[in-house]
Amino acid sequence: MVELQGIPVSPGVAIGPALVLDADGYRISRTLIAADKVDEEYARLLGAVDAVAKRIEANRLETAAVAGDETGDIFAAQLQMLNDPRLHGELRRRITKELHAADYAVNRVLRNYALALRRLENPMLAERAEDVTDIEKQLLQQLGAFTEQPLADLTEPVVLISHNLTPSETANLDRRYVQGFCTEVGGSGGHTAIVAKGLELPAVVGVGTFLDSVPNGTRVIVDGDRGKIIVNPDETTLASYQQRIEQSQTLSAQLAELRDLPAETADGTRIRLSANIEFPHESGSCLERGADGVGLYRTEFLYLASTEEPSEEDHYEAYSQVVNKMNGRPVIIRTLDLGADKMGHRPLAEQEYNPFLGLRSIRLSLRNLDIFRPQLRAILRAATHGDIRVMFPLITTLGELRQAKMLLTVVARDLKEEGIPHRADIPVGMMVEVPAAVVMLEKFVQEVDFLSIGTNDLAQYTLAVDRSNEYVADLYQSSDPAVLRLIQRCVEVADDWGRPLAVCGEMSSIPGRALLLLGLGVRNLSVPPLALSRIKKAIRSVSMDECRQIADRVMTLDSARDVDVFLLDRLGVLVPELIVT
Amino acid sequence: MNKKVPTRTVTVRNPQGLHARPADLLVRMASSFQSTISIGRDGEMVDCKSILSLLTLGAAQGTVLTISADGSDAEDAIDAITDLFESGFDETNEVSGAESAVDS
Repeated sequence: MVELQGIPVSPGVAIGPALVLDADGYRISRTLIAADKVDEEYARLLGAVDAVAKRIEANRLETAAVAGDETGDIFAAQLQMLNDPRLHGELRRRITKELHAADYAVNRVLRNYALALRRLENPMLAERAEDVTDIEKQLLQQLGAFTEQPLADLTEPVVLISHNLTPSETANLDRRYVQGFCTEVGGSGGHTAIVAKGLELPAVVGVGTFLDSVPNGTRVIVDGDRGKIIVNPDETTLASYQQRIEQSQTLSAQLAELRDLPAETADGTRIRLSANIEFPHESGSCLERGADGVGLYRTEFLYLASTEEPSEEDHYEAYSQVVNKMNGRPVIIRTLDLGADKMGHRPLAEQEYNPFLGLRSIRLSLRNLDIFRPQLRAILRAATHGDIRVMFPLITTLGELRQAKMLLTVVARDLKEEGIPHRADIPVGMMVEVPAAVVMLEKFVQEVDFLSIGTNDLAQYTLAVDRSNEYVADLYQSSDPAVLRLIQRCVEVADDWGRPLAVCGEMSSIPGRALLLLGLGVRNLSVPPLALSRIKKAIRSVSMDECRQIADRVMTLDSARDVDVFLLDRLGVLVPELIVT
Repeated sequence: MNKKVPTRTVTVRNPQGLHARPADLLVRMASSFQSTISIGRDGEMVDCKSILSLLTLGAAQGTVLTISADGSDAEDAIDAITDLFESGFDETNEVSGAESAVDS
């Protein structure tokens, strides 16, 4: 049994056989050959080695001609590795004595070497692991061992283990079979994490290098509540996790009973509890769990999940589907938030050194009107079916907000001239997620109908932490006192001007932090569908006085850690049912 | 048969340690001899004709390694390999020169 610690990003427990994908997304399963096929299999390996050797030699000559002999020597070393007598001895032994298929033998032996090299303290040598991996891939390719899309043809439940998963890869996971996942890299605020939560898939990221030590098919537990990965659990551990799965199913059943009850505090203050969604089909689970509306519809997933660029009709159909399904409840559509870790299929910006400080979100939309315009048209058209509101993300300057609003007006005029049914008077709001916007909020608030705080980005930009960078992930906390002061200020400004203010970031889906937000004066929360029942349970278990006392105390604390410890303690007293044991 | 196996110690001199290029040279040199040649430290001896084994030694600059050879040309092999180490695999100067060029 091996236990690893990562960052929990999507709650729940998954148990199952590991499906290990490397960076290129292939898997080599343990395949044995018949004893009388040993010679044939070994000959197949030698053939592959010859072919790869020829290719490497060609690479060497080509590179040396362009970049000089020194650089070409890299391939000389690769050739030397490919012809290594120890390597060949071990491959031959595995094929002839252990009856391993050539591709499986190559995969195991070269992975072991790569692992040994990566463990060296000398970084220059550790990097040679890349060469070993390169050789492994070339041999596997030559042996025809690649399964093109290992995730597309699943037939049994698996726990996915991978170096990295992009948001779109995560979005495309087959939920019938993938029970949960775990990646070597990634941080708690990345979009992969958000998608995982949307899919209600237990997930842990940022575990560090460990893929090489998990053979395919090994039993793995992903503990998305505590960020643990357990490889080859012993009986006791396995039993306790199975028990936890049962307990959480019982709790879900209890929480489901809250569905038709309002999100109202014990002393009768009504809180608007909405849902964050990324896919139209999620509107179903919003309703099942009694959401008051969609507080944040992340439209870029329309963009990321398909290989084609979405047309105005694609946008229109998706939005119409959501608003029809929500049946009169408000749906807040956030315009495209592409860029940084969410890129579509065509590169919209050159490689940026600091993509989170770069051309992303509203900035990118305003520079690419051929993308932005169809979306705005679709929003205004879909608004004929129900209560649709539009919200612009990452607004930093008044100029950006005005430009976006102007474009909305222009688009409405075009639709009118074309005689296409639409609504031009929908409420317009902005995300408050850049400290600059908080500082200037008195100006912004006069030009919008509503505000919504995105705590993920607000924390990232306030604390100067790249939220997808696992090295600094511990600094990234929406409960940091600095972030809380900004939120407090937003509430004051919004109240002064009588504008509704919501919090739609991750923060509102953590029960303790949600109670804190109520205490700070927030009356609109928007959370992933999975969190709706828990947050409703928390709201219904407390009085506003209790929440205000929490907020008063928290605002005297010095660090995110102190805040979280205090919140957890209060939650244990006020809503003990929600404490994960 | 109890013949004496010649053994010698060498020090890794080149700044970047026994990385891919020197390891490649070392394997080529070792492979030109009939003898079985081992290299290593602290009792962890590996085949000097296997580049992967050499790299996994992780020998940084300053590491002291033991070489032993067994075979008809054992003495010659050890001499040649010692020379290779002492010359710093011909990269001691080149590398420091390249580094200062990058720094400036």
